[in-house]
Amino acid sequence: MSVLEIKDLHVSVETDQGTKQILKGVNLTINEGEIHAIMGPNGSGKSTLAYTIAGHPKYHADSGSILLDGEEVLTMTVDQRARAGLFLAMQYPVEIPGVTVTNFLRTAKTAIDGEAPAIRSWIKDVRQSMTNLRMDKSFAERNVNEGFSGGEKKRNEILQLELLKPKFAILDETDSGLDVDALKIVSEGVNRAKANTGLGILLITHYTRILRYIEPDFVHVFVNGRIAEQGGPELADRLEDEGYDRFLVDSNVG
Amino acid sequence: MSAAPTSTTAALPTSEQHGIKAHSDGRFGFVPVQTRNDRFKSVDVADFAPVTGREAVWKLSPVAKFTDLTAGELDGAAYDVDSTPTDGVAIDWVGRDDARIGSVGAPEEQAAANAWTSFEKALAITVTGEEDKEITITRARLGTGPRGAHTIIEARPFSRATIILENTGDARLTENLEIIVGESAHLTVVTLQEWNTGAVQLANHFASVGRDAYLKHVVVSLGGSIVRVNPSVRLAGPGSDTDLYGLYFADAGQHLEQQVYVHHDAANSRSRVTYKGALQGAGARTVWIGDVLIGRNAPGTDSYEQNRNLVLTEGTRADSIPNLEIETGDIKGAGHASATGRFDDEQLFYLQSRGITEDEARRLVVRGFLSEIVQHIGSQPLEDRLQAAIEAELRSTDEVRAPATTKEN
Repeated sequence: MSVLEIKDLHVSVETDQGTKQILKGVNLTINEGEIHAIMGPNGSGKSTLAYTIAGHPKYHADSGSILLDGEEVLTMTVDQRARAGLFLAMQYPVEIPGVTVTNFLRTAKTAIDGEAPAIRSWIKDVRQSMTNLRMDKSFAERNVNEGFSGGEKKRNEILQLELLKPKFAILDETDSGLDVDALKIVSEGVNRAKANTGLGILLITHYTRILRYIEPDFVHVFVNGRIAEQGGPELADRLEDEGYDRFLVDSNVG
Repeated sequence: MSAAPTSTTAALPTSEQHGIKAHSDGRFGFVPVQTRNDRFKSVDVADFAPVTGREAVWKLSPVAKFTDLTAGELDGAAYDVDSTPTDGVAIDWVGRDDARIGSVGAPEEQAAANAWTSFEKALAITVTGEEDKEITITRARLGTGPRGAHTIIEARPFSRATIILENTGDARLTENLEIIVGESAHLTVVTLQEWNTGAVQLANHFASVGRDAYLKHVVVSLGGSIVRVNPSVRLAGPGSDTDLYGLYFADAGQHLEQQVYVHHDAANSRSRVTYKGALQGAGARTVWIGDVLIGRNAPGTDSYEQNRNLVLTEGTRADSIPNLEIETGDIKGAGHASATGRFDDEQLFYLQSRGITEDEARRLVVRGFLSEIVQHIGSQPLEDRLQAAIEAELRSTDEVRAPATTKEN
């Protein structure tokens, strides 16, 4: 069984005002098949955690470690992490002009598996996943994210999640900017991927809305660069009622 | 310096002391050309002063490297042309007295005028017939001696064709190409520069697009030492329409230049200019100057021009200069854009985060960047060939980035 362990992780980022500490000792263990929701106010470091796991060059891990089945992830390149089984569904996926979705998916699948997928079953898989996500066939021939609406970009992220079959997926505010219909479609996609492959999920969100469709096993409240409180799904309900004020007051005083 | 004031009695400053007389540099009262269309034109090389490299049209070009073409004696004889006979496309060598010669444009600089003065016969490509057709016309044996040439492409009213001008082998060439697009004709002209390493080409294209006619003009420059292709298009008839595309890939030491000029000279005309280039290796140099003039008699104009350059390695230089002149306010739209930059790190991160290696990600981004032009050419065999040519250029990028111990040539 796969496990992703984050141990005492400290992360900083270079800004115009100098080095800024963002993560201040994060500890988190996610087992295969578990869904962990990370919730927290803006600026608490949720996205920093996501990008640090994926290996974005902007973020420097100063100490601590991230282990995937015991292997240190922090020393891997971005593409090595993906091939090791990590996936980041981004909040703002970038456009890749001139590269079609079809070409991109096949290239990524080939890179992840180490060999080109069998053509016939691959085309069938892509079509099926696109149909499930209510993506029109024409998407396949469009350039990656170019001219996509916000909802289409998110669906395209989940399409990749379904096809690339990672061990662990980090969903960075996948719910932001989605109307309720798109939110349902995207959530179904995540649940389907989990049912098919049993992956572990780190679901980063500001709102509890998506948790109505993707039920978490654990909820962690992120404040000021570390986990301030954790519990089961009932913690999300409490946040829904109370908001983050309680934690913000604590952190201001502390 | 003029004579000093003769009177020394007055303490008051004189007009000379105030500087309201002619300056000693002799340019007092000189007014530079105010609009793109007022540049000096002549078909006679003797009308042009020797090239200094300070002229607007030459200032970004290595003029010392082709003085034989700007001012030297040129071979203006007919040369070998290869093509497959195609119905509706006639290819002939015509005399200097052909009525079409000079009907579209005239040289604005010395090299073009030198070619015009020197050519003995002009290559005339005449398109007739309303069915679509495609022809490739190849020049592969121009040799290394300085040469002047003249070409005419005429698309008769309502005719349709794609003309691919393929250039390979050696060349030291200065030339003019006149393109006449008759009423309601639909013409695509692709000029493909895949010259040998040492080749020099200075080309000026002059096009006139008639009423409701369409010209797609594509410049693809990949091979050669100095390649300068300057297309000027006059949208002469109401409802005339043009798309001008350019694709260039400059390697170490290569100079690839294009000065594009679109003159909206009739109502409801439309133009789009899109040039994209990549640069790699020490001394790789590209120049793009895009001029658009929307004339007084061009209400309803719809115009946009853009240039994008992708810098792949250190030591390259890309000049990108868009200019827009508008003489009428009654237009649909006019705009321009220019951007020159390195790889977008966020694009690379996105691709890598899907397992794709950095090298492969770079190749995907460059291929995608240049594909936008290739996808618009509209000839599948040529698009496939160009994709392969871009692949070959990209493989050499990997060599530049990580020099191999053995080098093929």
